[in-house]
Amino acid sequence: MNSRVELAVLGAGPAGVAAALAASECNVNVLILDRSASAGGQVYRRPTGPLGMQQLEKWPDEVKGERLREQLRSSAVSCRFGRAVWSVERGFRIDAVGPEGVETWEAERLLVASGTTERVIPFPGWTLPGVMGLAAATALLKSQRVLPGQRPVVAGSGPLLWAVASGIIAGGGMPAAVIDLADTRRWVSSLPALFSRPTDLLKGLGWMHSIRRKQVPVISSAAVRKVWREGTSLVVEVVERNRDGTLRGDGQERRLSADALCIGHGLLPATEVTRLLGADHVFDAQAGGWKPVIDDQQRTSIPGLFAAGDCTGITGAEAAQLEGRLAGLTVAHETGRITDKLYRMKAQSLRRHTLRVSRAGASMAALMMPAESLIDDIPGDTVVCRCEDVTCAEVQAALAAGAMGLNQIKSWTRCGMGPCQGRVCGDTVAAIASRHLGGRTAVGAWSSRVPLVPLPMGDLVGAFAYHDIAIPKAAPL
Amino acid sequence: MSQMEYDTAVIGAGLMGAGTALFLARSGMRCVLLDRSGVCSEASGVNAGTLTMQMTRADLIPYAIKGWEMWTNRQEWLGINPSVVAAPGLSLAFTEEEVATLEHRAAVRREHGAQIELVTASKARSIEPGLSTEVMAASYCPMDGFAKANQTGFALHQALKTARVDIHGAYPVERVEPEDRGYAVIGQGEVVRARRLVLAGGVWLEEMLNWLAVRIPIKTLVNQLAVTERIEPVMRTVIGIASGLLSLKQFDNGTVVIGGGWQGKGSRTTGSTQVIPENLIGNVRLAVHAIPNLVHTRLVRAWCGFEAETADAMPVIGEVPGMDNAFLIGSIHSGYTSGPFMAKLLAQYILGHEPELPLFDPSRLIDNQSHPKNDVN
Repeated sequence: MNSRVELAVLGAGPAGVAAALAASECNVNVLILDRSASAGGQVYRRPTGPLGMQQLEKWPDEVKGERLREQLRSSAVSCRFGRAVWSVERGFRIDAVGPEGVETWEAERLLVASGTTERVIPFPGWTLPGVMGLAAATALLKSQRVLPGQRPVVAGSGPLLWAVASGIIAGGGMPAAVIDLADTRRWVSSLPALFSRPTDLLKGLGWMHSIRRKQVPVISSAAVRKVWREGTSLVVEVVERNRDGTLRGDGQERRLSADALCIGHGLLPATEVTRLLGADHVFDAQAGGWKPVIDDQQRTSIPGLFAAGDCTGITGAEAAQLEGRLAGLTVAHETGRITDKLYRMKAQSLRRHTLRVSRAGASMAALMMPAESLIDDIPGDTVVCRCEDVTCAEVQAALAAGAMGLNQIKSWTRCGMGPCQGRVCGDTVAAIASRHLGGRTAVGAWSSRVPLVPLPMGDLVGAFAYHDIAIPKAAPL
Repeated sequence: MSQMEYDTAVIGAGLMGAGTALFLARSGMRCVLLDRSGVCSEASGVNAGTLTMQMTRADLIPYAIKGWEMWTNRQEWLGINPSVVAAPGLSLAFTEEEVATLEHRAAVRREHGAQIELVTASKARSIEPGLSTEVMAASYCPMDGFAKANQTGFALHQALKTARVDIHGAYPVERVEPEDRGYAVIGQGEVVRARRLVLAGGVWLEEMLNWLAVRIPIKTLVNQLAVTERIEPVMRTVIGIASGLLSLKQFDNGTVVIGGGWQGKGSRTTGSTQVIPENLIGNVRLAVHAIPNLVHTRLVRAWCGFEAETADAMPVIGEVPGMDNAFLIGSIHSGYTSGPFMAKLLAQYILGHEPELPLFDPSRLIDNQSHPKNDVN
C-alpha cells in the first residue's frame, strides 16, 4: 500500500488539473491519476507524435494543453499517468494497474473529474468498419494526427460536428458532407448564450467559415438513416426531418458516397465512479443525462467525495476548469489551508465566472440533445449492444415480457455486459425502456461495477507462484 | 390490488420462492409471489450458475443429484429454455496436501452417491486440454455443468405467468400478521391475504421470521464473482480446486465466469456490496493458474452476491416453528444446483404429500435469546 494523500484526483483533464493545481498551491498533498500517458484529457489532448497528416500551425487547444501540462510539471502535484483505475472504495482506496503493475493508494478526499462518454444512437450499419464517433474522430485528429478518412461524411449534433469537419479540412481532407441533426434556427436561438463566451463563439465561427470556404455541402435538419458498404466505399443514406423530428417519407432520401462516417449524438457525463461509490444522482437531459448531485462547493452527497467538470453535467472545458479550481479550493479550505474570508471571496468569483461560461456550454449541450424520435427510428433488427450483439427487438421483447428496470434488461438480454460495460448502449437502452417504464428517473441507471475499465488479466495477476495465492479456508464438506 | 384471498402467498422471488410458487400453482393452488424487486434479482440471478456435486456439502448430494437432473431436463418443469450445459467437472490439486484433500472429499461424497473418482494429471488433461501442466491430480465427476443464472429470472418469470401465479414485483413487504383464516401480508399500504405463507427471503429470511417473532439467526456470506470478455474456446469442463475456492467455466457466448466463494464486503441491511481487490486478484490468479490461456483475456466485470447460511450450515426447509400454515425455505449450500428440487419438496409437503426426500426442520435452530445480527462481513 502506498502512502495516504490528502487529495486524490481521478482524471487529468481541465477540471482535474485545475483542482490539483489549486489545492497544491495551498500546500495540500495531491495525487493525480489518468489513464493517458500525459495530462490534457480529451480537449487538451497531447499529440503523441508527428504521425500522419501535415499541420502547419498548432491548434488553439494544443497551445492551452501545453500550458496546462507545463503548470502541472512545475507544481508539487504527484502525477501518475498510464494508470487504469479499476476500483475505488469509500474512505478512500484507489486501485489501479499501470506500468508498475498493480498499485493501491489511500486518500482522505477524492475528486472525480472523469469527463464524458460519447453517445451514438444506433442505426443500420453503425457497427461497420469506417463508422466512428465524433469524439473518436477528434481523438484521432488531435492525438494521432490521423484523418478519419480523406472524404468522410460528418454527421450528428453539437459543436463536435463542426470541430471534426474543420479538423479534417485543416489536415488536408475534404468532408463529403456535414449532416446536422439540428436546424439552423436552433443554432441561431443559442447565439445569445454563445456571446457570453466570445472565444468559443469565434472558435465556432472559424470552424464554420473553413467549412463554407471549401464549399462542403451542409445539410441541416437531417439524419443518417443507414449506411452500408459498396466496394471500398460507404454509402450513407440521409433523410431530412420534419419539424416534429420525424423523418420525411419515402423517396426523400439522399445517398452520399464516402470513405468514412464520423457520427455522434452528444456527450454523456461519465458517472461510473460516483455511481460505484453510491453518491446521489439526478437525471438531467439538458446536461447530458444522469449526473451526481453536487452542492455549490463541488461536494457530492458522500463525505469527502467531490466531482467537477463534464462528469457533473456537460458544460465544456472552460467551465470544467473553473469548477475544478473551486473544488481544489474547497479542499484547501476544509483542510485549513486558506481562511474563510479568502475562500468565500475566491469561491464567489469562481461561481460567478462559471455561471457565465457554463451558460454557453449548457446551450451547446442542449444542441447535442438528440431528438427523441431517433430512438423510435431504430429498426428492430439493428444491434444496440455491439459488445454482446443484442438487437433493439430483443430489448423491446424483454420489456414486453415484464422486465422492470435496466438491470433486469441487462440480465435477460446480456445487453451492457460486454467490454464497454454499457458505456455505448446504456443511454440508448434506457431511452427505449423509458417509453415502457415511465421516464428516465423510473428506469434508473445500470449498477456500476468494478473493474471500472476492462482489465488485462496478465496486468491484474502479475508474476506469481501458486504458494503466493492466499487461498482462504476450505469450504465445509 | 384485489381483495381476493390466495391459497398461498410466497414472499421472496428467488429460485426457492419462485420455484415453490410455480409447483404449488401447477397443482392448482392460487398463488401470489411478492418481491421488493423482480424474479431472481438477487443471489438466484447473480450466482455463478454452477450445477455441481464437487462443491456441494456431502449430506446434500442426494438432493443435488435430483436438482441436476431437473436442470438438465428443465423443459419438463420450466417449459422454457435457459441455457444449461451438462459437462464433466474436474476438481484440481496442485500440491500433495491438496491431493490428500481431494481423495478424502471424493470418498465422502462418493459415499453419499456422487460418482466422483480420482484421475491422474494426464487423464485430467485429456478431459480438459486447456489445463495447466502444474496439476498433480484431479477428481472427476461426469455429473457437472452450468446454467446461465442471469437468464433464470426470465425463464421463471414466463413459467410463473403461464402457471397463473400473480407476481407483485417492486413490492417491499413491511410486515405479516397472522389472522383467523391465514395471513395478511402488508406492504405499499396494501394488504394481500392468503391461507398459507411461504417465506423465501434468502439472506433476509431472519428479518422475515422476525415478523412472526421467530428467531433463527442467518449468517450472510458475500461471494465475489467475475467474468471475462467473450473469447475463443479455452476450456470445455467445469473446473474447481480441492479446497472448493474456485469455480470456472466457459459459457457458449465465450465468456468465462470465475467464482469459488472468495469473500467481498457487504451488508444485507443496506443491500450494498463491494469487491475486495485482493480477493479478486487471488481468485483470478487461481483461475489463471488452472487455465493458463486465461492470462491473455480481459476481465470485464466483477460483482458480489449474498449467500445465506444457518448456524449448522444446513438448510431450513419446513414449517415455521410454532405457526400454522407458515413455511420457510432457504440457506441451502450450493442452492442453485439443488434449488428446483428443494422447491419441489416444499411444495409436496405443503400440498400434503410425502416429500421424496426428508425436509430440514427449522425448529432445530430456534434461538430465543436476543441476537446481534451477523451482518457485515
